[in-house]
Amino acid sequence: MNQTSDEKSQLLIDMRDIVKHFPGVMANDGANLTLRRGEVHAVLGENGAGKSTLMNILSGLYRPDSGEIYVGGERKEFGSARDALLAGIGMVHQHFCLVDIFSAAENITLGMTEPRLHLNMEDIEDDITELGRKFNLGIDPHAKIWQLSVGEQQRVEILKLLFRDAQVLILDEPTSVLTPQESDELSETLRRMADSGRGIIYISHRLAEVCAIADRVTIIRGGRDIATLELNEIDEERVANLMLGSDVSPLSHVDRTKTPGDTILEIKNLDVTNDRGLPAIRKANITVKAGQIVGLAGVAGNGQKELADVISGIREADAGEIRIADKDITGKGIREIINEGVSLIPEDRTNTGLVSVLKVKDNAILRSYWYERFSRGFLIKGEEVEQHTERLVKDFNVVTPDINEEVWKLSGGNQQKLLLAREMTSDPTVIVASHPTSGLDVQAAMDVHNMLLEQRDKGAAILVISEDLEELLTLSDQVIVIYDGYVTQPIPGDKADRSDLGLLMMGSGVKELVS
Amino acid sequence: MKIKIEKRLDVPFILTILLPLIAVLIAFALSGILIKTAGADPIAAYKTMWSGAFGSTYSFSETVVASIPLILAGLGVGIAAHAKLWNIGGEGQIMMGAFAASGLALFYPDLPRPVLLGGMMILGFLAGGLWAVIASLPRIYLGINEIITTMMFNFIAGFWVSYIVQGPWRDPILVAFPFTAQFDKAAWLPRYFGTRIHLGLGMALVAAVVITILIYKSKWGYELRVIGGSLKAANYSGINVKKSLLLAMLLSGGMAGLAGMAEVSGILHRLQEGIAAGAGFSAFILVALAGGNPFGIIVTGLLLGALLTGGTSAQTMGVPPQIADILQGLILFFALASSFFTRYRVWIDRSKDKSAIVDSGD
Amino acid sequence: MDIHMFSALLHTMVTAGTPIVYAALGELITERVGILNLGVEGVMLIGSVAGFAAASQFSNHWIGLGAAIIAGAITGFFYAVLCVGFKVDQVVAGIALTTFGIGFSAFVGKPWLGLPLAVPFEDIRLPILADIPIIGEPFFDQDALVYISYILVPILWYFIYKTRPGLHLRSVGENPRAADTLGINVTRMRYGYTMIGCAIAAIGGAYLTMAFVPTWFEEITVGRGWIAVSLVIFSGWNPLIVIAGAYLFGGLDAATLYIQAAGTNIPSHFLAMGPYILTILVLVLAARKRKGGLGPAALAIPYDSEGQ
Repeated sequence: MNQTSDEKSQLLIDMRDIVKHFPGVMANDGANLTLRRGEVHAVLGENGAGKSTLMNILSGLYRPDSGEIYVGGERKEFGSARDALLAGIGMVHQHFCLVDIFSAAENITLGMTEPRLHLNMEDIEDDITELGRKFNLGIDPHAKIWQLSVGEQQRVEILKLLFRDAQVLILDEPTSVLTPQESDELSETLRRMADSGRGIIYISHRLAEVCAIADRVTIIRGGRDIATLELNEIDEERVANLMLGSDVSPLSHVDRTKTPGDTILEIKNLDVTNDRGLPAIRKANITVKAGQIVGLAGVAGNGQKELADVISGIREADAGEIRIADKDITGKGIREIINEGVSLIPEDRTNTGLVSVLKVKDNAILRSYWYERFSRGFLIKGEEVEQHTERLVKDFNVVTPDINEEVWKLSGGNQQKLLLAREMTSDPTVIVASHPTSGLDVQAAMDVHNMLLEQRDKGAAILVISEDLEELLTLSDQVIVIYDGYVTQPIPGDKADRSDLGLLMMGSGVKELVS
Repeated sequence: MKIKIEKRLDVPFILTILLPLIAVLIAFALSGILIKTAGADPIAAYKTMWSGAFGSTYSFSETVVASIPLILAGLGVGIAAHAKLWNIGGEGQIMMGAFAASGLALFYPDLPRPVLLGGMMILGFLAGGLWAVIASLPRIYLGINEIITTMMFNFIAGFWVSYIVQGPWRDPILVAFPFTAQFDKAAWLPRYFGTRIHLGLGMALVAAVVITILIYKSKWGYELRVIGGSLKAANYSGINVKKSLLLAMLLSGGMAGLAGMAEVSGILHRLQEGIAAGAGFSAFILVALAGGNPFGIIVTGLLLGALLTGGTSAQTMGVPPQIADILQGLILFFALASSFFTRYRVWIDRSKDKSAIVDSGD
Repeated sequence: MDIHMFSALLHTMVTAGTPIVYAALGELITERVGILNLGVEGVMLIGSVAGFAAASQFSNHWIGLGAAIIAGAITGFFYAVLCVGFKVDQVVAGIALTTFGIGFSAFVGKPWLGLPLAVPFEDIRLPILADIPIIGEPFFDQDALVYISYILVPILWYFIYKTRPGLHLRSVGENPRAADTLGINVTRMRYGYTMIGCAIAAIGGAYLTMAFVPTWFEEITVGRGWIAVSLVIFSGWNPLIVIAGAYLFGGLDAATLYIQAAGTNIPSHFLAMGPYILTILVLVLAARKRKGGLGPAALAIPYDSEGQ
């Protein structure tokens, strides 16, 4: 696309042919992005598509392997986030960078050079209030960060950038932590900022919002931009298709003819609050039968973690019931639930599911060392454990020099295989697998899938929680979607359509399908 | 040009030997400078220290004697360390153990010898253990730093022993001195080989074996190691963390208490002020250097014992015996610094072109 | 107890509390920047012996003070090398420093063991102020180091809470990543403030040998460094509360002497335990879930600018 030199300097940002790779993965493969003055530009893409990397490069956090960045027509190179800030580009990350016990004003003025010695907080606070009024970012500058709601904290982050006269603001999944009202207010704010001549880049998964607010949309897939749509070209279905690729998934070699058995895992009207005090799960109903895999699709942060925690006993529910084979286990202790045959494959592999500093054989009995099989009196039967571990490693193809190797030295894939091996060897009745293949290479992921399918064939009731639609569609007999704590009715695996599911994952049409 | 550091995945074995050695050498070199300023010749001083520690059978036996309380207390610190609990309260636990054992020795000397000695061991263990448990309650239940609380208990124990030894239990004959009457011979731990090496050594060796089994082969030891490895994983596994930690502190303090008992029963034969004499701290340093493995603790304990005996004999050269403390501190200092090089790989990046740099994993 | 005695008690409260004031202020600064220094006891001792030795050698207590400050700063530098440069476990590093400090000071101080200082800091009576009834003499008939501590406390309070450098200092201890992204040099700050903190703590030690006692003997600090560490926690890392707390402990020391002099039956040993038991109680009270009750959020966590 040729641009006249006029057009070029009109562009606030022009990223060309950005290439970035990390060990083992090509994150950006010739990506391009432009940002006009006064526009709100949304960047969409699945996880791992490369959009976060691209934005981190723009905001100075990463340095590209090759490619160019032009800011207002001028070529720039950023050695750090600070350099980018000086050039007027700032980013609000998903995880805020705020000092909790400082006030909003203190956070905003942190790192600035004036006033040099004495801090007249009142003056600074007045300036901030003024700025806030201008952009519909009202906050009490005197309040401490920990006292503010997440939405207010986000405003502080934005004000931090505006205070430094940032012309380009990048927001990473800003509405994932906001209530609907706060999201509306944010949209208003973004509009005002854009109208003032600034440029906004908005990374998101939430289709409906994006389509409502963006002037242009760029879709990233496979490390590069595959389409940029103008305002009049934006419609939900088209965007969803572009994001996910238009082929409907070829469904798998999974034998769908077996009829599932009795209901094993039953969740009724579950209400769970998350660590921030906000509702994470709202009146969820989920049923998983023996010999069945139910896939829970959803973007991370919509309540999956809380759900897995509650089923395995790590967290308490506020209301509702959980039953295993018709036995009420709501509120029971972790050991008891383990003894009922519930296996949890946690999201945090290295620090929760495994103890990385301990050996492979130590980890192999993390959730079973008190069984008669492995202990006699107060001693652990060393030989039994070793035999068990050897068998585990062999049967599940865990690559390790020997069973005495410390787990942190194993590759991610083998760590996960070890974890799964451990959890599945006990032939559990229920398996909750949370993001079982995140960060794994293709071969390792396939191994994991086969393990899950094997357990399914043995009659386990399996709930797989994942963001990867491909994975869920391959494995699941039924798919349910979670969005903002709401869980939909099951959709049979062979009837599930990628773009339909994609829409649901982004909130479109969820409420109608809540079970 | 920039100095780059990167976390290591694998530690070359040679480094684990070479680095501590270099640390020790640097420590000795620096201390040598200090010795010079004290007016003595460092080489001669070190030679004296060596012969003071290993020169004769007698010196060697004295080295062993000095290392016994260090090993016992060190084994204790090692137990807690597996759960990432820092027990700095060794000094106080040693004193309380000595106090309890002395009580039995002074007031029930007529018990049959095995019963007396056995009872002293048990009381010493329990006293030290309880002292440690109480000091760590704030940590286990309120999350308060256990280092400060165990440290405070050191001072409190010190005053208690001073009180006892200057007051109710003071020697009726040598009234002016801060110690108790001498124990009846029945309360003396037997000595061997015509030296001062006493049964405490046997206690230490037995304890090392028992502790090895406990930490590496028992259910509780396993739980402790999981807690030390990852608290989240311990919760995920359903481990009762509080209970495990309490037991760890009981055993940790108990071992120090045994060290106290061994000192009064094997060497001093009376309870006196200043019993621990830094052994609690040394035990901590020992574990910081050797890690939690009992075998390593025994070896390092012997070496530290040698340092102490050597330090005492250096006095004949006009070198203050505190040279041993200085050496301990410096060795630890440099050993810590050198551990950096086993955790990270350091190299100098000479390339100048910024945009062409491939980041080694963001 | 008559007025005179009460005044004398208050006087001792101030002098006994002053070394703790310095040690705690020094530790406060170091911890505010995120570094835990459990070697304060060792730093104080190094300050004690350096001050005494230099003052004796040059017959001038100001030179002694200077030597203590420099010795403290140098110690702080090496401690920062360990903790910031080599990112070692700060608990263990602190114990190493304590052990080293105890040994080093005993070693270096041997020639002066037990000798009184010929040129100690003498009390300077401030006219008018010292005439105030009851509290006049205790607070205004003291030596220069006490007066300096009076000034140091509000200056530090102002610096930490009301100035930009103070804001930056606190940010490094709370969230070094946030500070780093906004352009603050975390490493330089940590080195600098560790050195300053140790220098101030060293003054506390020097006070013992050059004013309070004033002589040198081994382990003259008897745990005051540790009391200072707990005081920092209890005070919520606030200099104003630090001085109040230090005088509380000083007052306990003074009361002990008074009670002994009054000839009660309580053995002095139990009274001596007072400060240490009080320290624990104070920590338990401080453990109420007050936001920031556990200190600067990044305390004792090495900052890895490359990592997450």
